Amino acid sequence: MKKIFFYITIVMTAVIIHSCKKDLNEVNLFFPALNPAKLDDNAGTWKPILLNAPDEFAVAAPIATNAPDYIAQINEIKSWQNKLTAAEKNTVKYWSAGAVLRWNEIMRELVAKHNLPPYQNADGTYPVPSAANPLAYPQFPFANPPYAARAYAYVSAAMYDALVAAYHYKKLCNRPAPYKVDATVNVLIPKSDLPSYPSEDATVIGVAEELLKLLFPGDQDFIQQKAAEHKNARIISGANVRSDIDAGEALGKAVAQKFVTRARGDRAGAAVGIANGVDLWKEFETNAVTKDEIPWISQEFPKRPPMLPYFGRVKTFLFDSLTMVTQIRPAAPPSTKSDQFKKELEEVKYYSDNYDRERFRIVSFWADGVNTPTPPGHWNAIAAEAFVKQNFSEVRWARNMALLNMAMMDAAIVCWDAKYTYFNPRPSQVDPSIKTYTGLPNFPSYISGHSTFSGAAATILGYILSSSATDFTNMAKEASVSRLYGAIHYRSDIEVGLVVGNKVGTYAVQRASTDGAGN
Amino acid sequence: MKLLFRYPVMGRIPIICILLSLLSITAMAQTDADAIMMEKNNFCTGILYNYSSWKNYWEGTFKRDNANLGTVSTQMIGVMGNYGISDKLNVLFSIPYVANKVSAGQLHKMNGVQDLSLWVKYMPFEKKVGPGTLSLYGVAGYSFPVTNYVADFLPMSIGVRSKNISIRGIVDYQIKNWTATASATYVNRSNITIDRVSYYTTEMHYANEVKMPDAMQFQFRTGWRSDRFLAEAVLSNWTTMSGFDITKNNMPFPSNKMNMTAVGVGGKYNVKAADGLSIIGGGNYTIAGRNVGQSTSVYGGVFYIISFTHKAKEKQENTKK
Repeated sequence: MKKIFFYITIVMTAVIIHSCKKDLNEVNLFFPALNPAKLDDNAGTWKPILLNAPDEFAVAAPIATNAPDYIAQINEIKSWQNKLTAAEKNTVKYWSAGAVLRWNEIMRELVAKHNLPPYQNADGTYPVPSAANPLAYPQFPFANPPYAARAYAYVSAAMYDALVAAYHYKKLCNRPAPYKVDATVNVLIPKSDLPSYPSEDATVIGVAEELLKLLFPGDQDFIQQKAAEHKNARIISGANVRSDIDAGEALGKAVAQKFVTRARGDRAGAAVGIANGVDLWKEFETNAVTKDEIPWISQEFPKRPPMLPYFGRVKTFLFDSLTMVTQIRPAAPPSTKSDQFKKELEEVKYYSDNYDRERFRIVSFWADGVNTPTPPGHWNAIAAEAFVKQNFSEVRWARNMALLNMAMMDAAIVCWDAKYTYFNPRPSQVDPSIKTYTGLPNFPSYISGHSTFSGAAATILGYILSSSATDFTNMAKEASVSRLYGAIHYRSDIEVGLVVGNKVGTYAVQRASTDGAGN
Repeated sequence: MKLLFRYPVMGRIPIICILLSLLSITAMAQTDADAIMMEKNNFCTGILYNYSSWKNYWEGTFKRDNANLGTVSTQMIGVMGNYGISDKLNVLFSIPYVANKVSAGQLHKMNGVQDLSLWVKYMPFEKKVGPGTLSLYGVAGYSFPVTNYVADFLPMSIGVRSKNISIRGIVDYQIKNWTATASATYVNRSNITIDRVSYYTTEMHYANEVKMPDAMQFQFRTGWRSDRFLAEAVLSNWTTMSGFDITKNNMPFPSNKMNMTAVGVGGKYNVKAADGLSIIGGGNYTIAGRNVGQSTSVYGGVFYIISFTHKAKEKQENTKK
């Protein structure tokens, strides 16, 4: 009897040790401090996106490093450092991984939080989020994939332009970092020869503050708290004095305004396709019927209007609308009456009927559905993890993120244009016995958004990091086929989507090869 | 009638291996919290079928239905067993096959063998107190997934994949045929891994690992039991110690706060013609919940007791005299 208890005790102890709760290994919290391999101190000469010139917005000349005001600012650093808490050290460590990186993560978090379709009204209609009243249900925005792609693009592009301007002024003003001026200042992050006025981190903060007001107007408390924490981290770490921060933040905000103006006029506001209670988007349905095709019909109950039907008319970054319609828009999908269509439908049915755990893993890994940062957010995470290993300077981080996200925003526009031009039904609409392994998106099938985003992302990332190009291509293929495995897309949707995405990506490559940044 | 099992004092009623489908949203199988022990060297085994379904569910505290799911139903067939190492020490196992489907919308049904549960049950105390008999039990359990089923596809997932350690205390009091049993269980749940590399709870997590909230389970049951019949009413509660609410119109997530309270009835009949054979049945209805479906369930099962030693039987016969 005693023996039994002895064994039981041993087994239970082993079991308890085995399943004790561990803290999560959240990869982004292990990113090392950014220590750029190249200074990129000539980035002031790189080609901006919207700015006419790097000095379009003026930055006042900095005060001299022997001025009493400057010495007071040095003392601000020293007094922080004299009473450094563990929490402050952690904050410094967190932000030291990079400004563009961290604000990209914050944006992904905001997208995930807001990526929820509104719940229906009692009468079976759906409310539309209002930017004017962002905290009322349904909260603004509904950060679906097109919305997210556009948000990532504006913020990334503005960060790049603002940093081109900041690097221009850094070189011009040439004020060294506080620890170079006063050797008794501790420095808690890797030292740099880059002039510190205006602060590159604060430039990024200024852009984020200004643009996120427009894109996530209900989250100012969160954004301002992050901004304050980031600015403090720069001072506490000894990287910047207060006037570096102030000048950078002001420059970032000024440059961001130019992007805010563009965003207000890029036609995204009309993308929802409902005006004064009229479903303008029904024209797409009529168009499909006129062509004697089966039109897309919402499979949701109650029927939900399709996602952002006029997003295809949003102003692109990398090419003009004529190029889009004549050079990039794909040819029509197989007719819903064709044998090819029947064949492709059968293939979807096969994947629906034959559950496979590995295929499910792929579907799940790339699903990026509700409450996630969306497929463009996933590609931002992929890029971020790859870029961390490269030790890019802040301005190169921004440039690469801008290229990636402009490509994905334009991919969203091209993809949405195709979806509503052809208004093709989803497989489960045509054959209701097709059941899906992921949520069925509420918009037309052709071409696959995941495939278009992924094709564009893999192309530009493969250019930026040519040694990983094959990996990116394989990831894009897997993301693409995941939609067929999930039984929500036909083969034409995913294959054409990848090709179109790749094509969009080449416009980003074209820009990258001529922007003066080199590679 | 040969008696191959024992119940304290009144003793001689067949075991019930009640499987309570407590969290129908995750089809989590919960085995018995009863106050019955197998005698030494006896093995009770059987199968149990449970059907549960829900149309309404709680999204946080907001109760709603969802025309894109219709009715979510779970069928479960469990195999279970209970072996008497001694009269006071039993080991138990259960392993269910679970199949989930929806009546509307497009989500694909899911099915498979879920988690293997193992328990050690010990009765340290059994005495006449006042007009009846008081007995105390301690149960330690461990469960783990035995197949590579998917956790992160709720409400279609057949389980949530955590490895659970449970510690349960049971108090039972019986006056003649009238009984009351109360139990409390603490369930420690391990982290799980999912197929994606980031997820949002109330904040973003860049990990494929998810921290699961621990849970408490309470049960009170009372009724009438004799050698041949058992009828009881059951009140059950499952409360997660942390976790977060499903936000409006969001999908459920394995680490959601999931609470529920259910009322039910259960019964058992020992077949006169076949010694050691018993039939059980019952049902449960969810009266309150949070981030779970308001499920109604019915179950039925057949159990049989096998004695492994002739000697043990003789001993029981002698005890009877």
